[in-house]
Amino acid sequence: MGTVPSALKHCLSYQHLLKEQLWIGEPTAPPHPGQESQASGLPEYVKIVEVGPRDGLQNEKVIVPTDTKIELINRLSKTGLPAIEVTSFVSSKWVPQMADHKEVMRGIERHPGVQYPVLTPNLKGFHSAIAAGATEVSVFGAASESFSKMNINCSIEESIEKFEEVAKSARNMNIPVRGYVSCALGCPYEGDITPAKVAEVSKRLYSMGCYEISLGDTIGVGTPGSMKRMLEAVMKEIPLSALAVHCHDTYGQALANILTAIQMGVAVVDSSVAGLGGCPYAKGATGNVATEDVIYMLNGLGINTGVNLYTVMEAGNFICTALNKKTNSKVAQASFNTGAVKHMHV
Amino acid sequence: MLSLSLPPGQHRGLPAESEGGGGGAARRAAEREGTAGSVVPTPVKIRLIDMLSETGLPVIEATSFVSPRWVPQMADHAEVMQGINKLPGVSYPVLTPNLKGFQAAVAAGAKEVSIFGAASELFTKKNINCSIEESLERFSEVMNAARAASIPVRGYVSCVLGCPYEGNISAAKVAEVSKKMYSMGCYEISLGDTIGIGTPGSMKEMLAAVMKEVPVGALAVHCHDTYGQALANILVALQMGVSVVDASVAGLGGCPYAQGASGNVATEDLVYMLNGLGIHTGVDLQKLMDTGTFICNALNRRTNSKVSQAACRL
Repeated sequence: MGTVPSALKHCLSYQHLLKEQLWIGEPTAPPHPGQESQASGLPEYVKIVEVGPRDGLQNEKVIVPTDTKIELINRLSKTGLPAIEVTSFVSSKWVPQMADHKEVMRGIERHPGVQYPVLTPNLKGFHSAIAAGATEVSVFGAASESFSKMNINCSIEESIEKFEEVAKSARNMNIPVRGYVSCALGCPYEGDITPAKVAEVSKRLYSMGCYEISLGDTIGVGTPGSMKRMLEAVMKEIPLSALAVHCHDTYGQALANILTAIQMGVAVVDSSVAGLGGCPYAKGATGNVATEDVIYMLNGLGINTGVNLYTVMEAGNFICTALNKKTNSKVAQASFNTGAVKHMHV
Repeated sequence: MLSLSLPPGQHRGLPAESEGGGGGAARRAAEREGTAGSVVPTPVKIRLIDMLSETGLPVIEATSFVSPRWVPQMADHAEVMQGINKLPGVSYPVLTPNLKGFQAAVAAGAKEVSIFGAASELFTKKNINCSIEESLERFSEVMNAARAASIPVRGYVSCVLGCPYEGNISAAKVAEVSKKMYSMGCYEISLGDTIGIGTPGSMKEMLAAVMKEVPVGALAVHCHDTYGQALANILVALQMGVSVVDASVAGLGGCPYAQGASGNVATEDLVYMLNGLGIHTGVDLQKLMDTGTFICNALNRRTNSKVSQAACRL
C-alpha cells in the first residue's frame, strides 16, 4: 500500500511474528486448541489426508525416481499427518508415473497410527495392492457420465459394479475402503453437475461399504455457494462424519470452499504438500490445494490437526527441489522469503 | 526487487446470507498505482485505469499525492489524474497523506481522497516517523479541508491482523483507531491485513471488536494473499455483514516484507467467488481478465490471478 519506504523491505523482527503465527519449531498443539473452535461451531479436530505422493506426483510433468517418492513419504510420515495416499495400483500402461507402485509400497517406512491407502480401480489392482502389503484402499467414482467414460472408459454404473467387487473382497479381508466422487462441483465435459447426482453416487459408494466419501472438486470450479448446495444434498444421504472434501485450487477458491465445508461440520480434508499436482484440464493452471496453506488456516481457527506445519514445509521443500519447481504453497513461499525459515539443505 | 504494487479495488455487495435477496448493491472497485519496483510509464497507467473503468468497477483508486521524493513511482500523479477518462458513476479516489497533498489532489481534479492510519505504533513510527496520535492530528487538517470542500474521505487502517514489527495486534486497538478515524469524518474504514497473516479466526475476532464501534455499513476489508488466506478471510467478513472489499487486478503488488511473496488479492479471483455466491458485483469478469492481461504484458510478468491462469491456459 501507498507509503512504504523501500527501507522496510527486509524486516528481521518479522521472524518472531511468524514463529508465533506458524508455530515454527513447536511440534505440539497450536495455541488455542479446542475452545475457540468449539465456540464457533467448528470441528475441534480435522483429519488431513495427504494426497501429494499419489494425486500430486501423478499430475506433475516430471516423473520422480522411486527413491525420491519413498523419501517424500517417509518425511511426510514424521509430520503428524494421519493418512498419506501412497500410490496407485493401476496398469502402468495408463499411468506410467505410478508404475513403481509395488516398490514404493514395500519401500516405505510404516509409522504406527498413520494410514497408507492406495488406489485400486478394480479387483486385479486390489489383489496386487494386498500382495504388496497395502492395508487400506481407495476407489474413484465420478458424478459425471462423460467424465467416467473419458477417464476409465465405462459408465458410472459399470464402474460401481467393479468397485463392488473390490469392496466385497476388501470386506472379507477387513480392509477399509475409501470412496472418491470426482466432478462434485463441475465437470470439464458436462459443465454443471447437479447436487442430486453427487448425492446419488456418494450413496452408492457408501452403501457398498466405503467408510468415507471424499467429494472432489476435480477442476476447482466450485465456490462457497456451490459447495454449500452440494454438501446439503449429500448430507441427506451420508452421515457428516463419513464425509471429506478434496478441493482443487485451480480458480483460487479452495480455502474458501474448505472453510465452507468445515463450517458445515465436515472434518476431513484432502490436500497435497506444496500443492503438487497441476490440473490436466487447464494447462499451466494449479490443481491440488497446498497442505501447508490448509494447516495454516486451520491453526488460525484453533482447529487441531496434529500436524507440524514446519516439517510439512520441509517435506515440500524437498520434493520441489527434486522436481526442480517452485512450491505452490503461499505459506511456504512467504515463510522462506522472510528468512523466518532458513533454506533447507536437502 | 519489490514488484510494482498496483493497489486495491473495492467491491460493494450484499453479504452472503442474503443470497436469495437478489438485486445488487452497487459494487465499488478501486485501482491505484502503488509502490516499489520499476516505474511504469504514465500512458500505461492511464490506459490501465481507462480499461478498469470499462469493466463496471465502481471505484478505482487512481494515484497517490505523496512527495515524489518518497514514492517516485507516483511522481506523475497530476498527469494521471488529468489524463484518465472519468466515467460517470465511477469514483477515482487518491491518496493524500497531508494537507499539501490534498491541495495538490484537488487542484488536479480529485473528487475523493484517502488517508492511511495504522493499528500499530511501531509500524506508524517506521512508516511515517510519528505516533498514531500524531498521525491522526495531521489527518485532521486534511479532514477539515475536505469537509469544507465537500470531498469524501476514506480511512485505511493498516496491520489489523498483525504487524511486521509488533507481531500480534489486539482487536481492541484496531477498534480504537477505526473509531477515531470514523469520528473524524471518514465515510468508510478499510481494514487492512497488511502482511496477509490473518486467518478466518483472527478476521472474525477483529471485526467483532470493530463492529462495536463502527457501523458495518461503513466497513471494508483489504486482505493480502501472502499466506493464501485472502478469499477465506473475505468470505468470513462477508458472512459478518461487510459489503466492501478491496482487491487488485491480476493480484499485482507484492509484499514488501516477504520478498517474492504475493500481496494483494486478485480482483478476478474475488469476483469469481462473489459470482458463485450469487452476490451482485456489476463487474464484467472477462473485461477484468482482459485488463489483467494488458497490464501483465506491459509489466512483462505473470498474473497472480488463478482465475486468469486457468482461463488463459497459459
